[in-house]
Parts: sequence; structure tokens; C-alpha cells
Amino acid sequence: MIRAFGYNEFLFLLSAVQWTLLLSVIAFIGGGIVGLVVALGRTSDVKPLRWLSTGYIQIFQGTPLLMQLFLVFFGATVIGIDMSPWVAAAVGLTLNTSAFLGEIWRGCIQSVPRGQWEAASSLGLRYPGLMRYVILPQAVKVAVPPTVGYLVQVIKGTSLAAIIGFVELTRAGQIVNNATFQPFLVFGIVAAIYFALCWPLSLLSQRLEARYAAPSR
Amino acid sequence: MTYDFQFDAVFASWDYLLDGAWLTVRLSFGAMAIGLVIAILCALGKTSGPKPVRWLINAYIEVIRNTPFLVQIFLIFFGLPTVGLRLSPDVAALIAMVVNVGAYATEIIRAGIESIHKGQIEAGLALGLRPLQVFRHIILKPALRTVYPALTSQFILLMLSSSVVSAISADELTSVANNIQSQTFRSFEIYIVVTGIYLVLALMFSALFAGIYRLAFAYTIDRR
Repeated sequence: MIRAFGYNEFLFLLSAVQWTLLLSVIAFIGGGIVGLVVALGRTSDVKPLRWLSTGYIQIFQGTPLLMQLFLVFFGATVIGIDMSPWVAAAVGLTLNTSAFLGEIWRGCIQSVPRGQWEAASSLGLRYPGLMRYVILPQAVKVAVPPTVGYLVQVIKGTSLAAIIGFVELTRAGQIVNNATFQPFLVFGIVAAIYFALCWPLSLLSQRLEARYAAPSR
Repeated sequence: MTYDFQFDAVFASWDYLLDGAWLTVRLSFGAMAIGLVIAILCALGKTSGPKPVRWLINAYIEVIRNTPFLVQIFLIFFGLPTVGLRLSPDVAALIAMVVNVGAYATEIIRAGIESIHKGQIEAGLALGLRPLQVFRHIILKPALRTVYPALTSQFILLMLSSSVVSAISADELTSVANNIQSQTFRSFEIYIVVTGIYLVLALMFSALFAGIYRLAFAYTIDRR
């Protein structure tokens, strides 16, 4: 029984957007928290911490996101947890995002001139104060444009949750397509929705980058 | 709770896995080669083409970069047959990868081209080089050298994202893994081994790119 693509199908796609957005927000916040730890480890003076975070980044950047989702999904059963595709997607995307944000932020932290570190520590600041009051505020300024840009990657990445069976926008598109068999129309609309979510962020990222690239001294 | 790991099922299908990995490598290199040509043409069009051309190329780049690869694959594999163009999964996968990497590489190469100083081009023309020679020797080669790291990491990302084409069952590494998984049910074992294969592929690609860099751009080191 083939249905026509109508208003209800369109509404179904639109309602799936909330899951795409929720997944993106979770991955971004979770990835941001873990990513900050990774970035601090990567710039730390303690060698084992540096190795550990470098290895973490290498593994997540050197393997496909889809494999990471599969491993979380099937790995959970290995340790005896019955994980829904929803939780598996959230965990997998969080880990992946943290590795990429960690690497982006490492660059931002290292872009703060060495003299700032030396000045702060000669003023008697220990590591937590030095990071919190001197280095991170300056690094954040550099970090905003690439971080906003990476948000686009996060949103697009959530589409892979469709493959492990979580019904977000792309999976909803598949479901509607299976019922209506109008792939151009259905996936065209799905693509247009993603575009409407991502393009403003891309433009914002470019604009911020242009603004920060302007001479600031 | 103890889980009994069984890797025998994985290694029994080792040849099959290697076939899949080989197709992943071929798809990646095919997409890189064709995508690079498209990217150079688009970058040229974007930096010096007439307005409508620039507008079209911009639209191509923005659409591809702001939509998920998986949706692009679905549009090509399920959408094109409705207008009478039936594609095998492998060909659809290759086309999707070319279209995708072409857009990213265009932006990278454009940045390289724009980094070339105008005086260089004028000097080349003044020395009597023809426009095509100027483009090849004075613009393209140094531009590629400048953006080489960005370009090659994009290629490695392309290889990794090729796992997504398993969604239309092209016979590459991830698809093979899915097939073995559905026969043996040793999901975790299969995917951890395949993840390892991808990691090795990524390391091999970056070693290869480092070697190519040394061969192709050695002139800047020798001559002084």
C-alpha cells in the first residue's frame, strides 16, 4: 500500500527534528565537558596525561563515527547493559564530539602566548587560577568561531543514529520514503531541513572568524 | 556477568574482510582523484569565473557542506532511479563520495589559490609564460603545497566516512562487517576488529600522504 506524501508525512518529518536537535545538544554539551578535560590533558605538563589524551584523540579521529556508534551499541550488551539506540547514539556522539572539540580547543589554548603563562605563574597563580583567570578567557575568544563551525558537524553526525535505528530526522525520512516511495521529494525535504539548521551556523561561524581575524591590537 | 569473546568467527572471514577493506581503499582513492579534479576546476571557477559560475559553485559547496553525507547518499541511490538513472550501490557510493569531497576540497584549494601573491602571477606573465603555464606552475602547485595538510586530512576523513555507504550495502568494509555480523551474531568482536582495520588504514593513508609530499614538493627543499 503506497501512501501519497501529504501534510501528515511532512509533520512527521518536522516532529523528528526535535530528536535531531536534542541529540545534537546532548552531544555538544557532553562533548564540550569531556572535550575540555581532553584539551587540558593535551596541554598539560604531565606526560602520561598528555599521552592519554593524545591517544584518545587519535583513536576517535582515526576511526569512523559509525563504528564508534556500533561499538557503544553492541559493547553495552557485552558488559551486560541493555542500551537503547537513543542512549547509545547520545554516548557515541558525545565521545566523538569530545575528541574533536578537545583537539580544536588544544590549539586555542596553545595559541595564548607563552608570556601570559609565565606572567601568571610569576604573579603566584597556581594551575587552576592560571587556567581560569588568564589562559582560558583568552583561549575562548579564539575558540568561538571553530566551535560554532563544529556544531554543524555534530548536527550532521546525528544522522548516523538512523543506522542504529534511532528515529531522528534521517530515519524518519527513511520511514516516510518506505511508505510513499517518493525518494527525491522525501530526502529532498530532509536535506532542506538539515540545511536550514546548519547553514545559519556556518554563516555565523564565518562571520565570527572574520571579526576575530581583524587586527585586535 | 561474563561475556565469552569469540574472535574465531571474525578471523574465519578474514579474506572477506580484506576484500571489503580493499574496496574501501579503491572507493577512497577513486573519489579523491576525481574529487581533486572537480575541486581544482571549481576553485578556479570560484576565484576567477563569471558571476553566475561563482554563484553556482557557491551553492554546490554550501548545500553539500550543510547536509549530512547519509542523506546525500540516499538522494543519489534512491532518488536518481526515479528519474531513470539506476545505479549499483558501488557506483552510487563512489558518486556520493566524489560529490561530497569535491565540495570540501574546493574550499580548501580556493584558500590556497587566494594565498598566492598577485605579484607572483604578474611576474610569471611578464616572463612570457602562457596563462595555463602560470596557473599550473605559479598558482596551482604552490597553492596545493600550502593546503596539503588540510587537503590530506580531508581525504582521510573521506575514507572514514565511506563507512556510511554501508547504508546502501555497497560491498565495502563496513558492509562486509554487517554481513558477517548477521551470520555469526558476534557483533562486538566484528566491529572492534573492523574499527582496528580502519585505524590501520588511516595510519597508512597518512604515511602515504607524507611520502607523496616529500616526492611532489621536494623542490622547495633542494633549491635555495
